[in-house]
This record gives sequence, structure tokens and C-alpha cells, in this order.
Amino acid sequence: MLSAGPTPHIDTAEWEFSIVPESGEPRTWSWEQLMAEKIEEVTTDIHCVTHWTKLGTTWRGVSLDTLFADVETSQDYVMAHSYGGYTTNVPLDELLNGQAWIAFEFDGEPLDPEHGGPARLIVPHLYFWKSAKWVRSLVMMADDEPGFWEQSGYHIHGDPWKEERYW
Amino acid sequence: MSGASDTAWRVGTVVEAHPETPSARRIIIDVDGWPGNIAGQHLDVRLTAPDGYSATRSYSIASAGPGSRVDLAVDKLPDGEVSPFLVDDLMVGDMLEIHGPLGGWFVWEPDAAPDAAAERDGGGSVAASARPVQLIGGGSGVVPLVAMIRSHVAADDSTPFRLLYSVRTPDDVFFSDVLADDGGMPALRVDLIYTRRAPDGWPVTPARITREVVESSVFPASDNPRVYLCGSTTFVETVAEWLVDLGHDPRSIRTERFGGTS
Amino acid sequence: MTHLDGNSLAGVLSELFRFDPTTASARCAGCGAIDVLARAMVWEGTPGTVVRCASCDNVLATIVESDDKLWLNFSGITAVEVRR
Repeated sequence: MLSAGPTPHIDTAEWEFSIVPESGEPRTWSWEQLMAEKIEEVTTDIHCVTHWTKLGTTWRGVSLDTLFADVETSQDYVMAHSYGGYTTNVPLDELLNGQAWIAFEFDGEPLDPEHGGPARLIVPHLYFWKSAKWVRSLVMMADDEPGFWEQSGYHIHGDPWKEERYW
Repeated sequence: MSGASDTAWRVGTVVEAHPETPSARRIIIDVDGWPGNIAGQHLDVRLTAPDGYSATRSYSIASAGPGSRVDLAVDKLPDGEVSPFLVDDLMVGDMLEIHGPLGGWFVWEPDAAPDAAAERDGGGSVAASARPVQLIGGGSGVVPLVAMIRSHVAADDSTPFRLLYSVRTPDDVFFSDVLADDGGMPALRVDLIYTRRAPDGWPVTPARITREVVESSVFPASDNPRVYLCGSTTFVETVAEWLVDLGHDPRSIRTERFGGTS
Repeated sequence: MTHLDGNSLAGVLSELFRFDPTTASARCAGCGAIDVLARAMVWEGTPGTVVRCASCDNVLATIVESDDKLWLNFSGITAVEVRR
């Protein structure tokens, strides 16, 4: 969870989300355009790096498979950028095939700003700091580079089953 | 004693615990090897669950001076991980892990030698004690200020002291015993602001603190007071802005915000 | 989420420094402002603590704590002044 800073309050009228491939030409969604995509309901466990696991959380959002469908890229790594300036890195093949969503509802309620609303990335199979709150763009990278917390002590990958918490 | 932080975790034993307000508890802890502390310093309390999960929280110390006993007043935050335990479950004789004394910034010492941070503090080479001291506290934010008052009284210090204290109701006043005693402390003036309910016969209708109240209660900027301001983030930011507006040098204002997660 | 003052860093940083660094002056790499760390803005939480410049909001430092280790990133500070 990227929560350490002022909480950004983003109106859905202002909100937009982009995927930026190596061509530099972003594919961008407004809030209405995101809502017009195929919305999925996801029930999953989430793993916090500070030892707790929350079982069976329910989210609604758009799969990254849907959002990447028209994006051409040959690069393998992604940097997620958030409103508020934080970043976190994830390999592309861990975001596709039903592994990640741009979520805007949690347990039946719209995501409030404290919990990353209006929309956050969720990547449930990785530690939850990878599930970037207030996500605004995914930028493709040729090589894996550490994001904000990964530069400062957290593991570059963050797999809970391997207990990849810290460097 | 110096302002330097101390790195050791020590064992503290609870020697007294009793209700301070309807939501807060006064806890006196005897800390093994405690080196004494300066007024305004804080300490960390670490609780460890049987599964190894530990949580650390900072608390201001309401006492000052040599001796191994520290006086805390802990307000219960209903969703907190640490404060509900300290307020509801901790018993006399229980042991706690204590780290401190901590912090050399939000502190006041009687009879101070020219302050270490004096040049950056708008004070030039004037000794800290030569400037009047304005304490401003909101709710449990009065705790470190109480230590400063006690330190001031214990040293029979002649620095003019004022406390402006904002609380919800008379029941919510922390350390009313210390504050009620100002008849014996000619160099201290206490102004209480009740925001929800005032005592019977109180001349002022309960209301939130205003810029006008601050202006009429605190030492004017022309007296060049050192200001210690402690409370919730909103309280601190609101009052600090008024002070700067009223001509106080921002470098003369020291703040301590309380988090909401304890 | 609200923030705290740099004062609150005294505990965790005492594990790294022999002096109290909250009274030390530091220069922000973002805007060049020089001020004591005690005046910085501190957000505590998961995954870690973020320290921001009170003048320009630039991230001065981060602190990540595990049960047995501590990581300090001071990359937003160009220099710290320490009294000898």
C-alpha cells in the first residue's frame, strides 16, 4: 500500500489512466471510458508485507488483459505511476492472464481516497505494496527498475510465497 | 542530561495507573536505567504480541528532570493498536519496553544556556530563558507542555509562561491538578478554551478556538516569545497560521503534531 | 492521512546516529531550503515512513523497518549539518 504521503483526492471527472508503450504514444482512458470496458468481479486474498493476510476480499475492476488488448509492446517490465508521485515496478507477465486489475470498488463500495480511490492497481499474488493506490499510468520499460519503495528497502519482486519482503 | 537521543530499549514497570479523563489514563512508569529527561521529550513504547508482531508508538512525557519515573497521559484512540491496551488493560506491575528519552527539538529547559538552535530560532544569541514562553495545547497535546510547566515551577524559573489550552469539556482537562495550581506560580498564566461545554458560570460560550482568542491570549509578537504548539494536525496548522499572521516569526514556533493511528 | 513533525523521527533515527538528527539542519535536494529535520513533514505508515520538505514537498528521506533491519534513504537531502 502506497499510503505514506498526502492522500490525493482525484475527482473522476479529472481522472484519467494511461498505458505508455515504447512508442511514447499513450493509450488513455477517461473514467467513463474505463466504465465502458468489461468489468469483472474478483474475489481474492491479499497479503500485506507486515505479516497479515486478508482472505476473500471482493473487488470490481477492469482486467489488465482488457486494457492491454490494443497496446503494442515488446518490453517486459512496467512501472506503475500514481497520482501523488509514487511508483512501483511489476513484470508485464505478472499483470496479464487474469493476474491484475484496475479496481474501483472494494467489498461493494466505491474505493475511497484513503484506500487508493478512485482507482488502484490490484496485483493480489504479490505483496500489497505492489497494488499501487491512485494509479494513473503504466509505463513500459525494457529493463526492470525499482520503484519508490523498492529503492528504499523493499524487495524488487515481492512474492509472498517466497517471502520476498525486503532486499 | 543532554538533548541527545538515547538508543537503549529499557524495561519499565507500571507503578500507578488511573483515569485522567473519560477517554484517557495517567500512567506512571518506573524505567530501569532511565537517565532523566528534558521537558517536552517523548518516549517510544513497544508492545509485542505472542506471535511476534510488535507495534511501537510515541508518547510525550508529562514529567521532567532526573529520576527514573516517567509520567504519561495516554488518550484512547478507538481504532488504535496500542492506546486501547494502555488505557483499558495495562495493570500496575506490568512491564513495558521503553525507548528514550527522545527528541531534542520540542523541548524547554529552565535557565538554558544559549540554545543550540538559537540562531535558527530567531533568538540571536539571547538565552532561551530570557524570552517569554507561550505554550498552546489542544486536547492531549497539553502533555509535553505540562512537563515544561513542571520544569519551570521546579526550577523556580522567572521566565514569563503562558498556557493557552483548548479542550472539549471540563472533564477533558488533562493534569487539572497541575494547572489548577497556578496561584502558586506567579510566572504562569493559564487560559482555558472550552469548545463543547464550559463549567457552570463560565463567562464565555463554548466555541472552537479563534484567531481573536489566540490574539488576545498569547504573548504578542513584539515580546518575541518562544511558542510551543502541540495537538492534532488540524489544530497545529490552524493555530500556527494565525500566529504567523499575527506577526510571530515562524522560526520561533515549534510544533508537535499528534498522529491518529496510536 | 495526516502528517507528523520531524520530531517524531528521533526514536527510529537514534538507531542510526549517535546524536539526535532531528535537531540537525539538512538541505533539500529539491528546493535548496535548509532547515532542521524536526520541521519536516513526516508520514508514518505501511510500507514505510516518508519525510518531506516543509517548503516544497520533495521527499527528503524514507525509512523502512523490518523486525530486525532498518533502511534509510536520504537521497532527497544534499547535506546534513552536524554540530561537533
